[in-house]
Amino acid sequence: MSDFDLAVIGAGPAGMAAAVEARLQGLIVLVVDENAAPGGQVFRAAEACAPDPAVGPDIMPGLPLIAAFRGCGADYRAATTLWHLDPEEGVLSLAAAGTTETVTARRVLLATGAQERPVPIPGWTLPGVMGAGAAQILLKTAGAVPVGPTVLAGQGPLVWLLAVQLARAGVAPLVLETRTVSIAAALAKAGGGLVAGRGLLAKGLSLMAEARRRGVRVIRGVRGLRAEGANRVERVAWEGGSAPCDTLLLHEGVIPSTHVSRAIGLDHAWDADQACWRPVADDFGATSSARVAVAGDGAGIGGWQAAAAAGRLAALDAARRLGALSEDSFAREIAAPLAARRAALALRPFLDALYAPPNAVLTPPDETIACRCEEVTAGAIRRAAALGATGPNQLKAYLRCGMGPCQGRVCAPTVAALIAEVRGLAPQEVPPLRPRAPYKPVTVGMLAASAESLQQSAP
Amino acid sequence: MFRARPEVRPATVEVLVEGTPVLVPEGATAAAAVLLAGLPAIRETPVTGSPRLPLCQMGVCFDCLAEIDGIPNRQACMVTVVPGMRIARQHGAREALR
Repeated sequence: MSDFDLAVIGAGPAGMAAAVEARLQGLIVLVVDENAAPGGQVFRAAEACAPDPAVGPDIMPGLPLIAAFRGCGADYRAATTLWHLDPEEGVLSLAAAGTTETVTARRVLLATGAQERPVPIPGWTLPGVMGAGAAQILLKTAGAVPVGPTVLAGQGPLVWLLAVQLARAGVAPLVLETRTVSIAAALAKAGGGLVAGRGLLAKGLSLMAEARRRGVRVIRGVRGLRAEGANRVERVAWEGGSAPCDTLLLHEGVIPSTHVSRAIGLDHAWDADQACWRPVADDFGATSSARVAVAGDGAGIGGWQAAAAAGRLAALDAARRLGALSEDSFAREIAAPLAARRAALALRPFLDALYAPPNAVLTPPDETIACRCEEVTAGAIRRAAALGATGPNQLKAYLRCGMGPCQGRVCAPTVAALIAEVRGLAPQEVPPLRPRAPYKPVTVGMLAASAESLQQSAP
Repeated sequence: MFRARPEVRPATVEVLVEGTPVLVPEGATAAAAVLLAGLPAIRETPVTGSPRLPLCQMGVCFDCLAEIDGIPNRQACMVTVVPGMRIARQHGAREALR
């Protein structure tokens, strides 16, 4: 007898929508999330930051879903980390508040969201360099903004959103746009998406107009970006220019966070349009594991509205599989979320084409540190690949890449791309890094505390 | 370096960053407290001793590892502040026996 019908990992749009729908279908639901409040990254700390004029307008759309989630009756565990998942037995090992716990679930939904694509440039380990998403999280969770000259370098929707949010907070950044694809070339790949996606497109254009109105200066076509300084970033330089800089925010889009889906051995497929791996899943998120589904940006980048629809679909599929929803009802219920997801994804081909990461981001110059934990340069990885390292798993033995505390979360895409480059392979031909449990560190003390409580509860 | 905006998010939680009291907004993380305190680094790397500050703020990069309430190697960006929390920098590799 399982503790839960459905265990959802992640309380972002996909996880929250899945929990709400699964509860409507009468399932007993667990939701595990590492953050202190629901919302994921897009609606991070939404309840607390909604009154902040810098981020409020962009956060508001998430509040109804968060309220529905709070009231849905799922067992919601905030500030809780999944550190092991056994997909065969449906056993989840959780860590929270200095102790660990094991629970069981008949079905598991990974809604682990996205992470920022690594942007390895020379000097990116200097204090003062961080992700654009990181600065946005500081703004949402603490209302904090950078002091001194702030440069936002890269491309993608988040660059414009954050530029506007920082400007609203009184610290308009200098934007260095690294886009290499022309609008005309992206339009050629947009298909019919521009019409169906006109709402999202209009929002993007209005953000760009607001950035201009609020005094955000933009330099386009930036190449050869580097952070310079002694013990922290003091200057950002590029081909043909430089600027003083106290905070450098980098962004080249987001990629699915596949740490757990990889660790449990799900099948993954290379997404050439988004230059990243994603778990193989059907329309309802069902994967190569009989028990595990995926939904949201962790299954392929689509944004929060597509994620919420995917969460609902995965929950309906879970209810059907567990016998709580008839085939007829299932067929009726899926129509609306399928249509909602299609609409939300309409603009994606245009965005993916327009903001395709440049080669220099995927395979940085030799002097650049690729593995931040073990401080391994791109040049060292190229040499190891030439010596015979066939993939990131072999490369561990050569250079320790992927063996530091981040377990390859940051360096894996770069390491694989460098090996592919040197060995003349397509990206999907390099066997990917296989992460291991514990997915996040647990202390011996935490394990001992849970063992003690087990002993005490034994008869 | 970062600053809070007390007009929208009052700094009401007092934590100790390297022993110095710092007021931060409710809901901030330990990593945010280090940035608001203006520390030049949250840790020095085990390999070369180079200074680092948080990179991702979302639990991915592990560059914000710090000693929090006496427990080292914690992801400061994943820990929400509570009054009296002690946040300290980490220097290089942990010594096996202290």
